[in-house]
Amino acid sequence: MVAHLLRLKLTLLRNGLRRSAWQLVGLAFGALYAVGVLLIAVGGLVALRFVPSPDAAVVVTLAGSALVLGWWVVPLVATGVDSTLDPQRFATYAVPRRPLLTGLALAGLVGVPGAVTTVLALGTVVSWARGPATVVAAVVGAVLGVATCVVGARATTATLAGVVGSRRFRDSAAVLVVVPLMLVGPILTALGGLLAAGVDALPGVARALSWTPLGAAWALPGAVAAGEWVGALGRLVVACATVALLAAAWSRALTRALVQPPSSGRSASRSRGLGAFGRVPAGPTWAVAARCLVYWRRDPRYAGSLVVVPVLPLVLAFVSADGSRALMLVAAPVAALLLGWAISADIAFDSTAFALHVSSAVPGAADRAGRALAAGLIAVPVVVVFAVGSVWWVGRWSDLAPVLGASLGILLTGLGLSSVISTRFVYPVPLPGQSPFATPSGSLGVSMLTQLLGFGALTVLVLPEVVLATVAVVGGSVLLGVVTLLVGLVLGGALLVGGLLLGARWYDRRSPELLQQVTAMA
Amino acid sequence: MTHPAAPVPPPPAPDPAPDPDPSTPAPALALRGLWKRFGDKVAVAGIDLDVPAGSFFGLVGPNGAGKTTTLSMATGLLRPDAGEVLVQGRSLWADPTAAKRLLGVLPDGVRLFDRLTGAQLITYAGLLRGMDRDTVAERTQDLLATLDLAADADTLVVDYSAGMTKKVALAAALIHAPRLLVLDEPFEAVDPVSAANIREILHAYVATGGTVIVSSHVMDLVQRMCDHVAVVAGGRLLAAGTVDDVRAGSTLEERFVDLVGGRRTGEGLAWLRTS
Repeated sequence: MVAHLLRLKLTLLRNGLRRSAWQLVGLAFGALYAVGVLLIAVGGLVALRFVPSPDAAVVVTLAGSALVLGWWVVPLVATGVDSTLDPQRFATYAVPRRPLLTGLALAGLVGVPGAVTTVLALGTVVSWARGPATVVAAVVGAVLGVATCVVGARATTATLAGVVGSRRFRDSAAVLVVVPLMLVGPILTALGGLLAAGVDALPGVARALSWTPLGAAWALPGAVAAGEWVGALGRLVVACATVALLAAAWSRALTRALVQPPSSGRSASRSRGLGAFGRVPAGPTWAVAARCLVYWRRDPRYAGSLVVVPVLPLVLAFVSADGSRALMLVAAPVAALLLGWAISADIAFDSTAFALHVSSAVPGAADRAGRALAAGLIAVPVVVVFAVGSVWWVGRWSDLAPVLGASLGILLTGLGLSSVISTRFVYPVPLPGQSPFATPSGSLGVSMLTQLLGFGALTVLVLPEVVLATVAVVGGSVLLGVVTLLVGLVLGGALLVGGLLLGARWYDRRSPELLQQVTAMA
Repeated sequence: MTHPAAPVPPPPAPDPAPDPDPSTPAPALALRGLWKRFGDKVAVAGIDLDVPAGSFFGLVGPNGAGKTTTLSMATGLLRPDAGEVLVQGRSLWADPTAAKRLLGVLPDGVRLFDRLTGAQLITYAGLLRGMDRDTVAERTQDLLATLDLAADADTLVVDYSAGMTKKVALAAALIHAPRLLVLDEPFEAVDPVSAANIREILHAYVATGGTVIVSSHVMDLVQRMCDHVAVVAGGRLLAAGTVDDVRAGSTLEERFVDLVGGRRTGEGLAWLRTS
């Protein structure tokens, strides 16, 4: 049974790759990245071999605890991380529970995260190759550590499946998780400062963690190396108990899942009236705009790209706190860039619902203009507020014209370019209902290429107003600032109109093919 | 959906045909030599079919027969490799905008814009067709009431059951009062009361001059509901005509099995018998 489940997982992986060449390219990219990170990490672990053992113990315990925490928490917010072997799917087969548990646990190791974790755990054995006792302790620790990761991930997802499975939770959790992600930079900087101030604090943190389920397994060899036999025994007990408790919790949740039909957490969302549809003029263009406005608010995939924006000034304020405040002036242009680019995958976001546009013969001009209109209605106020706010923060009102010019130029150009790109390059995006961060398998290659080309083109197109704005701000020329504003509006406006027209032409010519492309990805 | 079916208000009557030509009534839908291949698999291999105006037409076939592919090509969702589609004599693929105005489509297996509420989705479909606001509002209310969705008008479609989703998609296909309705598996997952309501709407629609094409593999339903039927299998048309002509005295189901073949008789699965 265990072998069957492992083979099933491998087959799923292989068949997934067989579906398209792009998927292979994506996996190759992912693997390349993973191998790069892995090489550095393993190199570090090998280097740890030559570090005094108390220091090595601190590093291994801290890193190991972070790894375990990642395994436990990430699957909760990133739905679709690995549902290929969802226990629900085994509900109709009479598989005994114990082999099912073992099989699913081992299957969790198949795949990129599992492989990376296993290699890293084995790497710690090298770090502790300081004598037979430490090697044995390291091997035991590594096995327990990996088990804590995998079983813990299964236990948390299975136990919280009911809560996590509800659409409402996923919608909000997915968006909320972005904020800390965005703040990773400042947090790391703060941590860096803390580190510089008190590396001395780390051993204490590591020591505390080594007695918790997160770090006990990883702290085992360190304790042995230090000759603390009682301490080692204590950590071994904690680590074993952790795995046992997690397995028991998982087993219970699994038993429940196998007899209870999947609950979809039906707490239906309601919204009174027609919302945006009641306030726009009739006609397909405004209908598309109203629909997009509703989606910008209700679909976490759109909200995901919006929620980054308010965090932006915070990050900039943090980064520029001690240096030059003028750095804040980039807030509006960067927000404009993000918001202008946000509709570049709009048709892919629609997925097969796009069939309604095709069967209704929506004119390309209406489709393109409606989507750009909705994005503009949201983006223009945001960008203007950011521009005014950043100039106020810096305290030089003469910079307002160039900053506004560059920002609006970037926004208009970005919207125009996105309008063209989304009719031509449909790259895989998370499907409706999926987490905004669920990377569709195999999409990495195509979407990275599209984004790279798109950003390249955008950079060239907005060069005039950006260069002008930079010169105006640095030189403090009011006249040049006004020129920048004019250039940004006129050039950006022209590129927007051009992009809409070209996008509309392509749309009219190939809307059935676009539908086929999104159908192939669904 | 436990309460009895409400009296069904009359559906929106189809708009008059733009160029009525009384001498030779063009078929509502004519397929001429439709071909479609995906990779090296031929999904539709040259289908010719006339759907007479004012008929209630059933398209039946086993799984994978090419029904959905055919209907997708007939409604402008999938470009054929070869062949022509004529909607009331106009070429769909030469002038999609004009032909699609006459068509109402319920595709199978596509998503809806499901973050909209039911009322919003139907309104959206109407506004996309360029209808004016008052007509859209009026017909949306009618459709919601007729399809038993009024109580859930303000619920997001993503939280609808499968049957409710089908019904709201049908409403979105009906709102512009098309001349020709193409419905791919319209009764799948729909409860019997709603199905009866939908059938009644469709019959009234046909009675006022509209044409309906439904695909299904429930033969009984097609035999009772439709007046014309076409049988497809393996991407080819095996039989077409009035239901009585096609079934030729036996039931449609028996005739279908004859035509399509693949019925196994004999001793299979002897070990499954419990005695």
